[in-house]
Amino acid sequence: MAGLTLRDVKKRYGETQVMHGVDLDIEHGEFVVFVGPSGCGKSTLLRMIAGLEEISDGTVAIGDTVVNQVAASKRGVAMVFQTYALYPHMTVYKNMAFGLKQAKTDPAEIDKRVKAAAEILQLGDYLDRSPRNLSGGQRQRVAIGRAIVRDPEVFLFDEPLSNLDAALRVQTRLEIARLHERLGNTMIYVTHDQVEAMTLADKIVVLRDGRIEQVGSPIELYERPQNAFVAQFIGSPKMNFFGPDDLAANAAAVLGKELPASQQVGLRPEHMVISDAANGVVEGKMELVENLGEYAMVHMITDTGVEFIAKTEKPPAAKKGEVISFTIKPELAHYFDAETGLRS
Amino acid sequence: MAAVTERSNFGKIAWPIVAWIVALIFFFPIFWLVFTSFKTDADAVKPEHLFRFTPTLENYTNMTQNYDYWRFAINSVITSTFATLFALFVGVPAAYAMAFNPSRHTKDILMWMLSTKMLPAAAVLYPMTFLTKNFLGIFDTHFLVIVVLCLINLPIVIWMLFTYFKEIPKEIIEAGKMDGVSTWGEIKDILIPLAWGGIASTALLTFIFCWNEAYWTVRLTTIDAATLSKLIEGNRAPEGLFFGRLSAVSTAAIAPIVILGWFCQKQLVQGLTFGAVK
Ligand SMILES: Nc1ncnc2c1ncn2[C@@H]1O[C@H](COP(=O)(O)OP(=O)(O)OP(=O)(O)O)[C@@H](O)[C@H]1O
Ligand SMILES: [Mg+2]
Repeated sequence: MAGLTLRDVKKRYGETQVMHGVDLDIEHGEFVVFVGPSGCGKSTLLRMIAGLEEISDGTVAIGDTVVNQVAASKRGVAMVFQTYALYPHMTVYKNMAFGLKQAKTDPAEIDKRVKAAAEILQLGDYLDRSPRNLSGGQRQRVAIGRAIVRDPEVFLFDEPLSNLDAALRVQTRLEIARLHERLGNTMIYVTHDQVEAMTLADKIVVLRDGRIEQVGSPIELYERPQNAFVAQFIGSPKMNFFGPDDLAANAAAVLGKELPASQQVGLRPEHMVISDAANGVVEGKMELVENLGEYAMVHMITDTGVEFIAKTEKPPAAKKGEVISFTIKPELAHYFDAETGLRS
Repeated sequence: MAAVTERSNFGKIAWPIVAWIVALIFFFPIFWLVFTSFKTDADAVKPEHLFRFTPTLENYTNMTQNYDYWRFAINSVITSTFATLFALFVGVPAAYAMAFNPSRHTKDILMWMLSTKMLPAAAVLYPMTFLTKNFLGIFDTHFLVIVVLCLINLPIVIWMLFTYFKEIPKEIIEAGKMDGVSTWGEIKDILIPLAWGGIASTALLTFIFCWNEAYWTVRLTTIDAATLSKLIEGNRAPEGLFFGRLSAVSTAAIAPIVILGWFCQKQLVQGLTFGAVK
């Protein structure tokens, strides 16, 4: 049984510090997803857990053991790389067997484990092929197979699906979810794809500039983002933000809340509903409608020049340039401090 | 390149002709060398026998009888082979370390290595001869020739290997680390199989450089460790009277390396472009 405990983990490359003290607890069997904008340190954090990157400060513990000084292969972790990083000069079978061979595992046992992994991943027919002759999806499965055979305590994935096409990505995502259910191991998964994060995660860790912004279940992050950054990062299209002056005249009454100038109001596009002017929380001129069939994206701009998007079931009857009012259920509005960005 | 370029008819004919002329100019001395090696020493210097002469193998038969061509040839093989092997033995781990665990100073180290090639060899001729002869007592030994050949080629070896290793994705080596290979295992089981083409090109080129080296092999040997370069040098009579003989010796000295190069053309081209074209 191995969870992970990160305490005040820092990373410096020479003078530049890229991780600024990360504290994180991961339970055994949890599926944890790291998300954040490019360059925020997702890969760096994952690689420190893997043992591919020195930990400049703080501790990483797997189970009860601090592993700062433990070699990557001895940590009981396995990693699936974005580029797959298969050994091009070995067959699929040898790729999967390589790690076990290094650990001097009994050949019969190696064979059993490789066959079992190939079975799970439907790679049975490809064992003698070279990775060169596999499709992207098959290579990805070999990379996962190479991790499975080692029977690790913790699986690490660094954007494993980003080199696959859209259809295959959905399919492989489901396979990874199934794999997690079946094996029950701890998994840490880096992505910047929202859908992957929301669907796979038990727990999402939102990172920005080497710091954790918020940790929580997908629903928690969606419903109660702790700050403006998380609010805008989770959800697509992203949350609209308004100052009190940008809102409609009746907004305070409709929302049932005082709206001091130091506060910002966040409204998710999918929660906004077209209404009459009296019940409107925000109104603006319609600029553009993108009709996707199952829903429409209505691009708007307020008098004060704030652009926002509403996601409606049907495109509005209004024409470009006409004024539309939107309302929202009061409990679905979010409030943040304009200065600190914190939820208030 | 798949780009389509229209060529004039003139270009279609003229460029191959230019190419052939250039190739012939480069090839001519070699042709002349081989040609002359079948003349007697007397014929070789007489203009009237420029093209009309009776071919003879005399120069070649004399060569093996009089100056023991084979001993020089074997010395060349031994020194070039071992120098190449040692250079790789040092160069592979060095280039590996710099390609996959670079530090802030890696670029400086590479430049420094290359800068050692900028020292004129003549500048250290006296200390090298004096020290090896009177002090270390290794003058005219295989050991000395191997060490010198190895060292003068090492910068090029490391640079070439470094460029090849750089092309291997870092993740593959990291995957190896996750799989628990030792450092030696990384080199043996991952790096060498992946960079095999590059290593072979490097080895081949180094071998050729060693074989052709003349400055040091001529000056640091007398008999025991003398290579084919020394044999050619030795037949360069001051009076210039033995052109037939000299040509035969030279032909025999370059023949093995030309044949080797011929068989390994593909590797060589790859090696000379430093892995830039794949
Ligand atoms: N070897 C290095 N030397 C210096 N800085 C580095 C090094 N590796 C990464 N960094 C810096 O560390 C920060 C975090 O990088 P990291 O690769 O972890 O980002 P990421 O969140 O994985 O981004 P992405 O989504 O683009 O993969 C970046 O600002 C990057 O420039
Ligand atoms: Mg990354």
